[in-house]
Amino acid sequence: MISFTRYRKIYFIFSATLILASIASFVVFGFNLGIDFTGGSILEITYQGDRPSNQEILDNLKEIELGTVTVQPTDNNGIILKFKDVDEEIHQQILENLQKQDATGIEEKRFESIGPTIGKELKDKTKIVAILVLLSIVLYIAFAFRKVQRPLRSWQYGIVSILALFHDILIPLGIFSVLGKIYDIEITIPVITAFLAILGYSVNNTVVVFDRIRENLLTGGGAFEDVIDKSLNQTLARQINTSLTTLFVVSAIFILGGETLKYFALALSLGIIAGTYSSFFLAGSILLTWFNRKDRQRKK
Amino acid sequence: MKKKKVYIILFFILIFAFLAGNLSSPKYFNQGADFVNAKLSLQIPHFWEVPFKLGLDLQGGVHLVYQADLSNIDKESHHSAMQGLKDVIERRVNFFGVEEPVIQVQGSGDSYRLIIELAGIKDPAQAVKMIGETPFLEFREQKEPDETQKILDKQKEVEGKSFEEMQEIENWQLAFEDPYFKSTILTGQYLDGAKLNFSQTTSEPLISLQFNKEGSKIFEELTANNVGKILAIYIDNVPISTPVVQDKISGGKAQITGSFTGEEAKELVRNLNAGALPVPVELISQQSVGATLGEHSLNTSLMAGMFGFLAIILFLIIFYRLPGILASIALLIYLAFVLSLVKLIPITLTLAGVGGIILSIGMAVDANVLIFSRMREELRKRESFAIALKEGFKRSWPSIRDGNITTLVVALILFLFGTSFIKGFALTLMIGISFSMLSAILITRSFLIIFVGTRFENWKWLWR
Repeated sequence: MISFTRYRKIYFIFSATLILASIASFVVFGFNLGIDFTGGSILEITYQGDRPSNQEILDNLKEIELGTVTVQPTDNNGIILKFKDVDEEIHQQILENLQKQDATGIEEKRFESIGPTIGKELKDKTKIVAILVLLSIVLYIAFAFRKVQRPLRSWQYGIVSILALFHDILIPLGIFSVLGKIYDIEITIPVITAFLAILGYSVNNTVVVFDRIRENLLTGGGAFEDVIDKSLNQTLARQINTSLTTLFVVSAIFILGGETLKYFALALSLGIIAGTYSSFFLAGSILLTWFNRKDRQRKK
Repeated sequence: MKKKKVYIILFFILIFAFLAGNLSSPKYFNQGADFVNAKLSLQIPHFWEVPFKLGLDLQGGVHLVYQADLSNIDKESHHSAMQGLKDVIERRVNFFGVEEPVIQVQGSGDSYRLIIELAGIKDPAQAVKMIGETPFLEFREQKEPDETQKILDKQKEVEGKSFEEMQEIENWQLAFEDPYFKSTILTGQYLDGAKLNFSQTTSEPLISLQFNKEGSKIFEELTANNVGKILAIYIDNVPISTPVVQDKISGGKAQITGSFTGEEAKELVRNLNAGALPVPVELISQQSVGATLGEHSLNTSLMAGMFGFLAIILFLIIFYRLPGILASIALLIYLAFVLSLVKLIPITLTLAGVGGIILSIGMAVDANVLIFSRMREELRKRESFAIALKEGFKRSWPSIRDGNITTLVVALILFLFGTSFIKGFALTLMIGISFSMLSAILITRSFLIIFVGTRFENWKWLWR
């Protein structure tokens, strides 16, 4: 039997360091939000002939008022242009200019232009959804564990699963903040969707462990520490296998899935890894620490 | 469970699996049917073909959000003004030959929006241009009969000819003119508004029009010249009403009577007002995806799903051996069911939805894994196969239930409160998760029960 809780101080320090680093990254780098949230335009085209250089493209568009323009080459002889939100007239003007530059012709693959009001609404809406999800999770866990009142109260299981949840979401967010700074990877609606899905998935992992603890408490008992360790060992195979199978599909999406789903898959896999880690090394350990503190107070 | 009962359940599962499998991909059945028909000269029909309904991002198309400027309109008429605007835009959109365009009015209070989704459209720029125009209302009078006859003759002449051939005919352009009506100078800008009333004598619906000062004069002249003739009302070049002028009308007030239903009259009033009251619209969000990119996204995501699925099956078989094979079959059936459901409801499949389905495959394994892990534990305790099976299911159920319910609750919230991308993902995820639970406790379990009491259960290496 592996004793998962014995080295809990090390896990706490490890996770706390990562979480602090993530928070530091939010503060220093911030989030690289996509145009879904900030407003702006994105235009993807492919060239039939040779692609002009970035500078040529920028010079070509200079006469049109577009704010800051970034040009990003794609793998299939195309470019992605990003600029401020524009109306249809300017959109057509851009296409015309680009068309003139390349005699063999261009194909417009994608165009999005989102006004700032829509972006703000999306941000607000996302916040509300996240809060609702968190609330419902605490309530559900408190309900599911209502029969377990000893040695800890049912709501305490809920709180611990939320703590694990914060861990599982903050670290991937931190990684995305760093990726946004270095590789210009944006937080778009699909990425946010992935983060929200992580909320559900992470709790799923924690619940499986807690369920086993609940079962072992109700049937056998013994020292709380042993019960936790026993439960973690019993669920070991399931946790690893489920995480692996989910990671299989998610990495398939990451490798093959194309632009939109790529970072959705990346966010999911980061969340799955963090969630599996926390269900082994954090959830049980936090429960035990809480229990020990209570125990000590009682003995005083 | 009695074995006999299990066989009955299995029988039904297999029938449904056959149907669902063919529904989600009828290609193989049809090929087989063609082959057999050719060989044996039979008449086996093709399987029922239901296409997937693809969203904008998978077949190409455009998603537009317009903000309507209602600042010049009374608060009470906001709703009807938006409805009128919607009708007009619906008519314009119908020109593009888009199947099932989506046009929604969204909003409340002072902020109204019109959301338009045109999937599979060839020229999004043209659509944006035409939609953005303010609806154009005009009154048209009848042409002279000989003029009408000329146009009708010309139309007969060019009928069935190609464009090149047509151009050789003298005055061929004439054939494309409206044979019956010609424009007048009376347009929507002279109309103050339209109202729905009911006749006091017959209590039939009638529509009263109110022109402004200038409009009243023009209208008086027009009616004087056209007594007994039709004065047609056109919006965006499409006739919406063809009332006959009874008498010269002065004073700028007119009534249209006729045998329309209340609903028709209401729509007419809305249309008249939309043409009369220009509701300026501003495009605040535009997303267009080219057809090639859509197809590319569809192919890549399907490929991703397939490889992910293969990886899972391989893993299950290596790690769990015989139960792994059974779980893989259950998973295939599960996938066929989910895809059939998506086709039948039908759910518009977007990239997000495909993502949800693929993710749910990964999660669908979870219930199986929980059960098998539990069964192994029981087998290691030297329990008999039948007891291990029973305990394995019984004890893993709370975890399966609690774990899936949390994910379901999250998905439900995402579905109810999320934006369109999130909704698409949440919906397929919910369907996927619900079916995955069902597949584990019904299909996998029935498969396993067949082995109870057979010599297979003694071959421990198959199970542990």
